[in-house]
Formats: sequence, C-alpha cells, structure tokens
Amino acid sequence: MTINPENKLQFSSTHRLQWEEAQQKDVILYPEGMVELNQSSAEILKLCDGTRNVAELVIDLEQKFQTSGLEQDIRNFLEIALQNGWIQQS
Amino acid sequence: MVGFNKVKITPPRWLLAELTYACPLQCPYCSNPIDYAQHKQELTTDDWKRVLTQARKMGAVQLGLSGGEPLVRQDLEEIVQHARQLGYYTNLITSGYGLTEARILALKTAGLDHIQISIQASSEELSDYIAGTKSFAEKKRVAHLIKKHGYPMVLCVVLHRENIAQMADILNMAVELGADYVELANTQYYGWANLNRDLLLPTRDQFETAEAIAQEFKLQVAGKMKIYYVVPDFYEDRPKACMNGWGTTFLTVAPDGMALPCHSARELPNLDCPNVQDFSVEEIWHESKAFNFFRGDDWMQEPCRSCDEKSKDFGGCRCQAYLLQGDMYATDPVCSKSPKHDLIETAITDANTAAKNVTEKPLIFRNSKNSRNY
Repeated sequence: MTINPENKLQFSSTHRLQWEEAQQKDVILYPEGMVELNQSSAEILKLCDGTRNVAELVIDLEQKFQTSGLEQDIRNFLEIALQNGWIQQS
Repeated sequence: MVGFNKVKITPPRWLLAELTYACPLQCPYCSNPIDYAQHKQELTTDDWKRVLTQARKMGAVQLGLSGGEPLVRQDLEEIVQHARQLGYYTNLITSGYGLTEARILALKTAGLDHIQISIQASSEELSDYIAGTKSFAEKKRVAHLIKKHGYPMVLCVVLHRENIAQMADILNMAVELGADYVELANTQYYGWANLNRDLLLPTRDQFETAEAIAQEFKLQVAGKMKIYYVVPDFYEDRPKACMNGWGTTFLTVAPDGMALPCHSARELPNLDCPNVQDFSVEEIWHESKAFNFFRGDDWMQEPCRSCDEKSKDFGGCRCQAYLLQGDMYATDPVCSKSPKHDLIETAITDANTAAKNVTEKPLIFRNSKNSRNY
C-alpha cells in the first residue's frame, strides 16, 4: 500500500486526532491505544481533511511554516500513516 | 523500604471502569475475583461521573467500560456521554449478549468510540459451552450490527486448551465478521482462570501450532486487520511488563468503587486498596498505600534487584508471584531467572497430565452460586 499522488488524503474515520492538555501534545486515539505525535506529524495529519493530495498538502504546509524542502519528510511520514491506518485515500 | 518511597509519579492514562460484576455469561477464565458475589454494592451514576471527571483532569484518556457485563447498567449511555464530553476515547468491552440495534444507536449518539466484543470459540457448540449460556448466534448477529453502524470493532477471543486448536477458524470468523482488530488473548491465570488452570492451560505443542497459524495470518491481513496479542506468559522466558509498571499508567475502579493498580490486585493481601467514595482519584493515585506499594524498584528482592532488565519488565506480575508462590515481592516465577521457575514447569506438566486424564475434574463456571464458595 503506497500513497497515490492523485488521491485526496483523509484522516481515518475510525481514529481520533486530539490535543491532550495534560500531555501538551496531539495524540491519535484508536481502540485501546494511543500514539503520541510530535508537532510536525500532527500538523501533517491535521491537513488530511479530504481536500488535498500530497502535492497540495506540501504546498500548504510549506506556506504555513514559511519554509521549503519538506516534501520528502512529508511523503515518508504519510506512508507510515497510511500503513498504520491513520489516513485513507479517496 | 516498601511504601512511600520517592519515585517520580506519572499520571494515569488508562482508566478501566468495571461498572458491574453482573454478567449473563459464566466463562471459567473470567478475571473477576472468585469471591465477587460478596461485593454486591455498585457505584451510582454520579459516582462514576465524578471519577471520570477527576481521572480525566489528571490526564487519563483511554476509558475501558467493562465488567462483568457493562450492558447490564441501565445508565451506560449516560456514563458514555459524560466520558465523551470530557474527551475520553471510550471503549465498550462487552460480551455482546443482549446488545440490541436500538442500544447500539443510542450508544453511538452518546459518543461511544469503539466496541470490543468477545466470542468464546469459532464453533457454536464450544462457544456456548464455555460461555455457559446459549449466545454464539446472537453474538455474531451483534458483531454485524456493530460494523453496520460504523464502529471500529475488536473481536476478542480468549484462548485456552479447549479452543486453541480452532485458531484458523477463529481468524476466519474475524474476517467474516469484519473485525478491524482481533485480540488473541491467551488466558491469564488469575481469578477464575487460576482455579481452572489445569483444564485451561494448553500444551506447548498446541500453543506453538496455534501461534504459527496466527503469525501467517498476520502477514496476510497486514494493512486490513490488526492483531492484539496477549502473551501466553507460561511459555515465555521473561515475564510481562505488567501494567506497564505499577501505578504508572493504569487505574482500575471495581464495581464497588475500590481503586486498583491492576484488575487482579484485589487478590493481593494487605494493600488496603482505597475506595473512590472516600478519596479523590488524585489522592488515591498519589498518596494511597496501594498505588505506592510497588512503585519504583526499592521493593524488589534478588534476582530482580540486581537484574539489568528490571526497568524493562519491573520484575513481572505481582499477582502471579503471589498466586504461584505466595510471595508478592518475589520475582515473577515466569522469569527463567526466578529460583522458583520450576513452579511453571510443574504447572505445565500438571496441565498435560490433566489433558490426558479422561476422568478430568469439571470446569468451575463463573457464576454467583460458585462464587459464594469463596
């Protein structure tokens, strides 16, 4: 399973992305489990809202953080997210 | 010194709310205490809401609603709604027996995130026998309804000598029911399971055959279904890192309000486990004798004390050390470094002997009549 560049990316409907005040970080919640996210991973996942493909997500994220050269890191993380079922392609 | 040693206390992340000991099933490996019939009193809806609020404030985020059978509580929807509003990820851990479509919808509206349903075997005859109640057909129907209404679903099957040979069929059943996760829970020998250990512990051959099937299946379903595996620790060399360390992560609240560092801790002597009706969750977590008892490693004896793996497995399970050798401070006998590791070999031999014995003593089913004997 790999990311198709054409497809829009959507956060999984059977997982929950949530800010945890006590931990001061975003986490992914799913049946009987939790993944703690660093800030950049959380920012990527928040943009997986069904309106962007990979290229569009890279543009928006680079713009948001006024930087460039993020594409490979973002692609690598999205592959992991897809394999773990955190995101879906539509 | 055991007790109030200075250890950095991390906040609870997991709250297991055992809402009731009542259950229509009678599984002979139930983790509830064997004397549960003595603990009839149950917390009120307001008690549970208060406990949920207090634990959430400290940082608990995963909530297991369990029992007994949590569906027995008529205020389940109200408790779920309160939990979801607080931001918990709400897990309903149920037998599925008696769960109607109307209630599945009501729980969805209340904000329930996930349902874990248990089935006792892949064949109707064995599943109904182990459950002590005719329930297999209904459970399968309920599993389909859970998926119909969009819940992520864990199918939990507790494994033991009677059903472990059905591994391939159990996994096929998980596919047929559309499970997102299958929990292969090798029986843990506490509570009722400990009473029935000779009849439940699989032989090493049975266990290894089943494990090979499960490993192959795991590769086949990668990306589609996940497997949660509860280790068969009698067949391991090292003990499990029980509860991720005592008083570090897990908080169980029993039906009568007793707060426990693990759901079996009620079996340990002299812990003086506190009750949520008398203390706040914060007081219990930080200050109670019970939650500080095995925090850190000052309590450890040799060989744990000087062991380079002690920060990995915390000396294993305190309840297992107590149940097997009568000393809750001892190294978990599952560990091959334990001077009492032969107790595990003896347990396996006894179980093998019992397996070959045609005049086996019968399983002791988990019900109020049997519970009143303890």
